[in-house]
Amino acid sequence: MARTLIHAPKAARAGEIIEIRAMIAHPMETGQRMGVNGTMIPRAIINRFVCTYGGEVVFSADLHPAVSANPFLSFCVVATQSGVLAFAWTEDTGEVHVATTDITVT
Amino acid sequence: MVEIPALRRRDVLAGAVAHLVVLALPLRAMARPDLQAAVRLFTGGADLREGRVHLDIAPLVENGNAVPLTVDVDSAMRPEDHVRRIGIFNEKNPLADVAIFQFYPKSGRARVSTRIRLATSQQVVAVAEMSDGTYWGVARGVVVTLAACIEGL
Repeated sequence: MARTLIHAPKAARAGEIIEIRAMIAHPMETGQRMGVNGTMIPRAIINRFVCTYGGEVVFSADLHPAVSANPFLSFCVVATQSGVLAFAWTEDTGEVHVATTDITVT
Repeated sequence: MVEIPALRRRDVLAGAVAHLVVLALPLRAMARPDLQAAVRLFTGGADLREGRVHLDIAPLVENGNAVPLTVDVDSAMRPEDHVRRIGIFNEKNPLADVAIFQFYPKSGRARVSTRIRLATSQQVVAVAEMSDGTYWGVARGVVVTLAACIEGL
């Protein structure tokens, strides 16, 4: 499981637009780099990111090799109800890394 | 006397007109076929208008391995008028696509920040798809002093 880092407010007022920052430790190997013996290092990137809020998708992204290592994303969400913000990063291999954080909406 | 077909007056004039047409394209960044193809794939061939999209990226970056950028689109993000997708494209990396972001009713604001790789000094293009089916774009030139992936070349 890759290390993930989520910055999201713990509490918000209803209707408030909150900013969420999500990062995951990942090399995002482009498949364009040459390894030690002149062989190509195979591509291994995170190609999909999805953020759900109370089970509903609120933001998603298709990532390509031009996204830096340790992909960082910052985006906004409208706080509507207390619940769980879930983050899922999908690798080329199909492996999914998941992180969650709770938010209290008043 | 033998006429040289390559230098007929008609062809020279046609060539000059073609150049003017190319220069008049709204986004000057559209130089590489790959970039044009990637943007066309995103827009589905629809007209791309300039404006509404703000691409915040440093004009001079030292490290092409992680170039911070922020895209912000002028939109109220109401159900009847919102941004559906934002696409980021580049001119001279091995692949023209960078990322595509999708927005939903609860996204609240059409703004996203990330960090990208740039192989060399080039144009970066951001395109937004609105709920009314229009496409808006902007291009920014970036000078890169230390390119990404240089150790692999």
